[in-house]
This record gives sequence, C-alpha cells and structure tokens, in this order.
Amino acid sequence: MKKVPVQFTLNGEDKAEFVESGATLLKALREKIGDTSVKAGCQQGTCGSCAVIVDGELRLSCLTLAERCDGAAIETTGGLAHGEVLHPLQRAFNEGFATQCGFCTPGMIMAAKALLDGNPQPSREDVVEAISGNICRCTGYEPIIQAILAAARANSLSAA
Amino acid sequence: MAMRQGRGVAAVNYPTGMNLGGDPTQALVHSTPTGNFMVSLSSVDLGQGMKQIMAQICAETIGVPTDRVIVDTADTDTGPHCMGTFASRGTHRAGNAVIAAAREARQVMLEVAAEELEVNASDLDTDGAGNIHVRGAPQRSISIFDTALSAHFKRGRSISGRGMFLIPRSYPDAETGAMKPSTCYAHACTVAEVEVDDETGEVNVLTVKNIFEIGRALNPKMVEQQLVGGSWMGISHALYETTEPYYPSREHGGRDFNEYLMPGPGDLAQTEVIVLERPAADGPYGAKGPGEMCANPQIPAIANAIFDAVGVRIDTLPITPERILRALKANGTENAGLVAH
Repeated sequence: MKKVPVQFTLNGEDKAEFVESGATLLKALREKIGDTSVKAGCQQGTCGSCAVIVDGELRLSCLTLAERCDGAAIETTGGLAHGEVLHPLQRAFNEGFATQCGFCTPGMIMAAKALLDGNPQPSREDVVEAISGNICRCTGYEPIIQAILAAARANSLSAA
Repeated sequence: MAMRQGRGVAAVNYPTGMNLGGDPTQALVHSTPTGNFMVSLSSVDLGQGMKQIMAQICAETIGVPTDRVIVDTADTDTGPHCMGTFASRGTHRAGNAVIAAAREARQVMLEVAAEELEVNASDLDTDGAGNIHVRGAPQRSISIFDTALSAHFKRGRSISGRGMFLIPRSYPDAETGAMKPSTCYAHACTVAEVEVDDETGEVNVLTVKNIFEIGRALNPKMVEQQLVGGSWMGISHALYETTEPYYPSREHGGRDFNEYLMPGPGDLAQTEVIVLERPAADGPYGAKGPGEMCANPQIPAIANAIFDAVGVRIDTLPITPERILRALKANGTENAGLVAH
C-alpha cells in the first residue's frame, strides 16, 4: 500500500513518520511512534478508550486518519506528567480510586482534559456529557465523575 | 400512560470459591538478599487488586511494610499452582496460601536473626517497620535487611516458605444429598427504587441502596471501589446487557460494541454502599470474597421493584422495554390504545 509522510507534534515533540495511506491515527501512534498510552479498544468509535486531543479538540484516534493530522498538535496521556509530577487529572484519578483495570483511563483523562481546557469549572452535568462517549466496565463512573470535579477544584485553587 | 414507581428488595448468600473436585491455590515466598520479599503466584491480577492485597497479606504476616513486598503473578506455566481467578476466590484462597508461605519464611527469618542476636527465635518479634527485636527488650534488635544479608552471605539459609491452601472436595451424603459446596459465604442485600413508563416499558433506576457483608475489608478503599462499580454492573445486567436477546435463538445478538448495550455515565442511579465486616473463620485475616457478589442482588431487587411498579413478573434477563410491554399486554394491564398494534 502507498505510504504517506506525516508530520505532527506529539505532546510538544516533533514527529515524522511514513504511514500507510488510510492508516488510523491510533495505529500510527501505537505502532509507529510507540505511544501505547493510547488504548485500542473497540476500534469502531464506540468505547472512547483511544481518545486523544488534536489541535485542542477531542478525537477518537481509531476513526481519525493519520494523514489528516499532518501539521497537527496531538496530545495524549503519555505527555501529561512532568517527570514524577502527575497532571492534576492523573492525581485526582489516582487519589479518588477512579481507575480500576485502567483500560478506559487514558481516554477518560483526555476527555476530561478537553473539557477542563475549555471549561475550567464544569458542572456535574458538563462532566457527564464530556465522558458520555467513554465506556468504563469497572467503576460505575461515579468515582470518575468525582475525580474530574476534584481536578477542576484543584485547578481553581492553584489558579487563585 | 403513566410513570409508575416501585420498590424492590433482594438478598443474596454468596459462596467464596467452590470445591468441585477440590479448590487449591499455592504460593511461594522468598526474600531477596536485601530483605525484600517476593511472592510468587499464578493467580492473575486483572484489575481487581490481587497484587495489592497479596502484598498486604504477606507484609502483615512477615512483619514488614507493604512496600517491601513484590508480587509476581506472571505465568501459569512456571508459577505455583492456582485454580484461577474466578468465583470470588482470589483473596480467600490465594490469601490463605500466602499466609502459610509467609509464616514459614518468617520462621526462617527469625531463626537467622536469633543466631545473630544470640537469643531464642521464639523470643523475637517484628516491629512492622523492618526490624526484629527481642520481645520486651526493643534495644536488642537487628534490621531485616541485615538479617537477609546474614542468611544469604553468612549462614547459607534461604528465607523462604511454601504455602498450600486446599478446600477439600465435598461429596454428597448418599442418604440426604447434603454436601458442603463452600466453606465461606458473603452476603448482600439491595433495595432498589425504579420508575417504569407503562407506555414505553422503559425503566429508570432511581436509587440502589446496598449493604454487603464481606468478612474483613482488607483494603477498604478497594472494597468500596469494587462494590460501587459492581452495583452499577448489577443494574446493567438487570436492564441492558445481553449477547442473546432472544435466547436460545441467536437472532439479533449483538456483534460488536455498537450493538451491546450498557448504561453510560448519564444513566447512573443514586447509589449507596454500606460495608458490614464480620470476619470469616477460615478467611485470610477474616476476608471473604466480595468480587462477583457485588453485582448480584441488584438484579432481583430491580425485578421486584418493577413488579411493585407495574404488576408484572419478568423472569428473563435483561428486563427490556419489550419484555415489560409484552407482560403488561398478557396481563391485560397495558395502556390499550398506546401499546396495541
């Protein structure tokens, strides 16, 4: 199959790869770049575990063509922590026991980040809406909703 | 056409593990040269927290901090035998095996420390922080780090232990058929409140209040996490999930995630979870298995609540709007003009 060159930034770092034409961003990130923080779940746009942020917007990487991301800025959970210092969302998920088997967690956190980036003080309904495309099998969602609200509160405290 | 509310209650008695032909798990524990402890198991951690709980159990038994314990559940080809992670048996069966292995390792550790301190091993105790001391004379002490170094490099001892836990097979009594399917039972009770739309057959679960009796909660936060998530999954089993909606016919079965219904974050019932701790006589530090039970009592409680709301008994899962409407029709209590076709 025809290979196409793709350049983008991943968590602020320049990346350049040849991908098969028609390959998904999910495949490019996991198999070409090696960022396995992006999870391959249903691979048909239903479970949300592959969610990443592309140019500030939440995208399902399993339904996004890699070649359409040329020149884009891509964010994944792999880039959230600074060394040992966790991102407020990661900390809130950890402290709030909002992750169990962990497979949905990267997608949940990226959905939450996309929300908080645009709406730093969301209501509970905003949070529910933001993660409504993400399936979790273990937690029953409540600890995830609470963790996202806790991260928003922590952000407002550190901003004040 | 009306929204009708109902309340239902259900209780379950749930066996921890099983004994069909015997139910064994084995564990091995050994110290590294620096006095960390390695637990080898074949029991898999699939997100339920096996590694954390086994580390706690080993640490408590040997008398070291939990972060001094490493748990390897890597490979059923090479690890000690485990029947598997199912039937809510992991904490109970593997936990008991780890206690047995850790006790044996602790005994060797105390024997080595006794030689170093020139005292009797039976006079020694651990402080839980990584040191061994003479009971009643805490100044006579040696660190577990130094004890392990001595065992490895000076005394040629292996600070290690073998743990076996086996629930023996129970045979039915020839006269009465009575047998002992399990030795340890957890319990739960759920009260569910629902709202049923008797025009569409849709069910909205308003509240689920659960109480779980699980022996001792070895890690209370992880127990809470399991029970809250399980309560949600019980609602999901009651009302949504199936691969065979017209069982035994395979027609209309879901083929992928798009066709497999589960409630999302917008469909949550107000959930309450209360934990009752009554230590099990044969449980590791009193623990029973809360694993699968947590998603059980919601199902009959919701079925009972639906009966309370609209007077129909649905005995096939999941309780879909279609099943409720068909039952209402058979009952002659459906809203005639709106349901008849």
